[in-house]
Amino acid sequence: MLSARMRGVLRAWTAVVLVFLYAPLLLVLLNAFNSSKTFAFPPSGFTLRWWSDAWSSAGMWRALGNSVLVGLCATAIALVLGTMIAFAVQRHQFFGHRTVSLLVVLPITLPGIVTGIALNATFTSALHVALGLATVIIAHATFCIVIVFNNIQARLRRLGASLEEASADLGASPWQTFRNITFPLTRGALLAGAILAFALSFDEIVVTTFTAGPTVQTLPIWIFGNLFRPNQAPVINVVAATLTVLAILPVWLAQRFGGDVAGGRV
Amino acid sequence: MAADQGLTRRPGNRARLAFLLVPPLAWLVVAYLGSLAVLLLSAFWTTDTFTGSVVRSFTGENVIRVLTDAVFRTTTLRTLGVALTVTLICALLAVPLGLYMAKVASLRARLALVVAVTTPLWASYLVKAYAWRMMLAPDGPLHWVSGHTPGYGIVATILTLCYLWLPYMVLPVFAAFDRVPDELIDASSDLGASDAGTLRRVVGPLVLPGIVAGSIFTFSLSLGDYIAVTIVGGKTQMLGNLIYGQLVTANNQPLAAALSLIPLVAIVLYLLAMRRSGALEQL
Amino acid sequence: MRKTLAIAAAAGVLVAGCAKSGTQGGNAGAPPKLTPASSIGAGEGQLSLVAWPGYAEDGSNDPKVDWVHPFENETGCKVNIKIGNTSDEMVQLMRTGQYDGVSASGDATLRLIYAGDVAPVNTALVPDYATIASFLKNRQWNSVDGQMYGIPHGWGANLLMYNTDVIKSPLDSWGAVFPGAPEYKGKLTAYDSPIYIADAALYLSKTRPELGIKNPYALTEEQLNASVDLLKAQHANIGEYWSDYTKAVQAFESGISVIGTSWQVIANMITSDNKVKISTVLPKEGSTGWSDTWMLAAKAAHPNCMYKWMGYITSPAVNAAVAEYFGEAPAQTKACDLTQDKNFCATFHATDAAYAERISYWTTPQKKCVDGSGDNCTAYSEWVDKWQQIKG
Repeated sequence: MLSARMRGVLRAWTAVVLVFLYAPLLLVLLNAFNSSKTFAFPPSGFTLRWWSDAWSSAGMWRALGNSVLVGLCATAIALVLGTMIAFAVQRHQFFGHRTVSLLVVLPITLPGIVTGIALNATFTSALHVALGLATVIIAHATFCIVIVFNNIQARLRRLGASLEEASADLGASPWQTFRNITFPLTRGALLAGAILAFALSFDEIVVTTFTAGPTVQTLPIWIFGNLFRPNQAPVINVVAATLTVLAILPVWLAQRFGGDVAGGRV
Repeated sequence: MAADQGLTRRPGNRARLAFLLVPPLAWLVVAYLGSLAVLLLSAFWTTDTFTGSVVRSFTGENVIRVLTDAVFRTTTLRTLGVALTVTLICALLAVPLGLYMAKVASLRARLALVVAVTTPLWASYLVKAYAWRMMLAPDGPLHWVSGHTPGYGIVATILTLCYLWLPYMVLPVFAAFDRVPDELIDASSDLGASDAGTLRRVVGPLVLPGIVAGSIFTFSLSLGDYIAVTIVGGKTQMLGNLIYGQLVTANNQPLAAALSLIPLVAIVLYLLAMRRSGALEQL
Repeated sequence: MRKTLAIAAAAGVLVAGCAKSGTQGGNAGAPPKLTPASSIGAGEGQLSLVAWPGYAEDGSNDPKVDWVHPFENETGCKVNIKIGNTSDEMVQLMRTGQYDGVSASGDATLRLIYAGDVAPVNTALVPDYATIASFLKNRQWNSVDGQMYGIPHGWGANLLMYNTDVIKSPLDSWGAVFPGAPEYKGKLTAYDSPIYIADAALYLSKTRPELGIKNPYALTEEQLNASVDLLKAQHANIGEYWSDYTKAVQAFESGISVIGTSWQVIANMITSDNKVKISTVLPKEGSTGWSDTWMLAAKAAHPNCMYKWMGYITSPAVNAAVAEYFGEAPAQTKACDLTQDKNFCATFHATDAAYAERISYWTTPQKKCVDGSGDNCTAYSEWVDKWQQIKG
């Protein structure tokens, strides 16, 4: 299809970009074992001390737990709402569907600081609601809806409605059609959307900073507070390295079962 | 590769449509649009100069200041410049990679590459930015390897932002390349076009919406960033820092709101302009 | 139809917000009327504090440095600590009403008092108040009309710190950073807050007396502009600004910064890490500094726990521990008998009222000059704008 020379060029380019993508991550992994607290390079020694420090860090586990909780709740809400909108937009004709698509996409395209200040102003000045875990979940769910929406919408577009129409013609109720036809076909997209929405919520810092109260620490907030601390920074490297390696599995799952290999922004 | 089945819509049951549409829209409109409206409104308020409490009397002074003050203008231009540069570099890196993944790599390699590109997104944003701080340190790996490091400043900021947002550009670009049927490329070369010609005149226009979709994210993420700048930017000041500074340092929430209108307007204009390119379907 | 719904929903939210009038805050007329507590009840089980780094150590920085857990065991008040990096951050955090107390410096205290964010305190409820240094009581920054609004914690000066491997000869003047010698270009650091303008003004008050600067926080337009010009010149040599003290530690240890404004706690951390050699000096032109006061939030959810904390942190043993860890003069005079270094109080001039008067403590600049010299001074909001201009 393409000439051999072109393929060679592309292959080389790919290798370079992959090196670019992974060099900093390898550095993180290296520093997780670096006995120097200030990350001297080349590393001054090998140690597993940071791994035991991380294991016994109560603050880290608490923050991790909060992040998981927020992620699961936000993803659950987003799954429901995002799927509903995707079905509405893809399977129905109505005036303003373009605007709806634009509106859904907005939370993720606007810079985090704008969304963060807006939500903060609303929660504190307009609604006088105390900031806490609930406000963080609301904020996260809002931009997680987009991820789910994108994935489901892409899958629905590929499927077409003919199977559903056939099912309806054969006398199935809308719920039966959904349960027996549509859901099994979109399951993969739901899984992919859920995994990616969770990932987004898990790593979110900007909007979270503005919507979390004094007692709530998600993992990114904990990391931010400890990033420069001499005793904690190596622990952060341990946590980050572990999470990155562990993430390979869900990422692979999402891609394998998501259907279209990588439809859109994560 | 099956082509899109196309959008199929039936004039459906209105009640079902309402059921599907109202809860999520209510959420988005109230939680999100409502918040944006509060932000917009607060841009027209002001603060008591001594205590910093918000005074809710309508005044346009903040918006006028945002438009006329020299430091805001300089910083906005600098931030726009950085965002555009980051977008261009990301596009440059992503396009050949996307082409390779879609048209040259085997099926198994393709899956592996997608996983490889997506996995860095799971490493914490803060940790990645800090890793670049380490890489570019005066005695860090980059200096060790090449004897030279740009240090912390605008160059480091652009480099780090490119690194952070690259996967967001690669994925839509790859998806766009993926959608281009192989037959089209074959036909073009059968008709005598060179590789470069084929890519430029046949594949290019089909891939452009994917690039635009990726650019929306690299642009918007760079426009509002203030954390990576603090970590690797040295003394550089970007729009996000100004907004954060006015909000936290100056306790001037109305002015911060007025300043955040800049990226808000910029992105909305960009989105509206890109609607016609079909990029929004590919986000 | 949907658009109308949207507008209606938004309007509803706004109406709800506008119905409650926000605290307008006084001008420097009178703070809102609040009555101090008459007794301390039972602890509420929780306490949320905003504190300067090093003031509320709970063992997470250094397992041997922990005075929070003993407090929790003693009173049953579980402590949440939010570190404030600058006074501005602290004022903003207290404004949310979600914290019970704050260790406020003089450039935050009056803003908090006049906005009604902090309440007057009944000093009789703090056991060791009587033996707190008298020159810290009923001062302009922590009291209004004889009513104390907090309990003094400690005081100290901003210092000039430099890497002695790079800068071989001892320094004794702020001239080293104003505007900074060419050989340190790109390796200078400074405190990232508009209050730092006062440091430049203080330097100018000694080196350019024709400007007539008497108090670095009472600056006329002309004096402010002169200070700003000096800082713009310094900006060219700056590598990074710091507000997070751990970032300053990291910057010095990795060689990114070699000279700049610092706190003793930063110097102490670097010395104990032993990666680079640094030295600190209080230059001959004098220095800006801070005098910190623990204040109780007006809408504190846990006021009893806060009173217990204020009593605890100013008790001799604990005040000594904090002061030694941070590197500042303790407010509690009895703490001087309990410091590990027997010369500690002498080194930090803890009981020397005359010395204490020589530091230019952080104060919020106002239109009405803080030294009473007139009505034509620049207010903090102008300083903030100038600061953003300096950073470009």
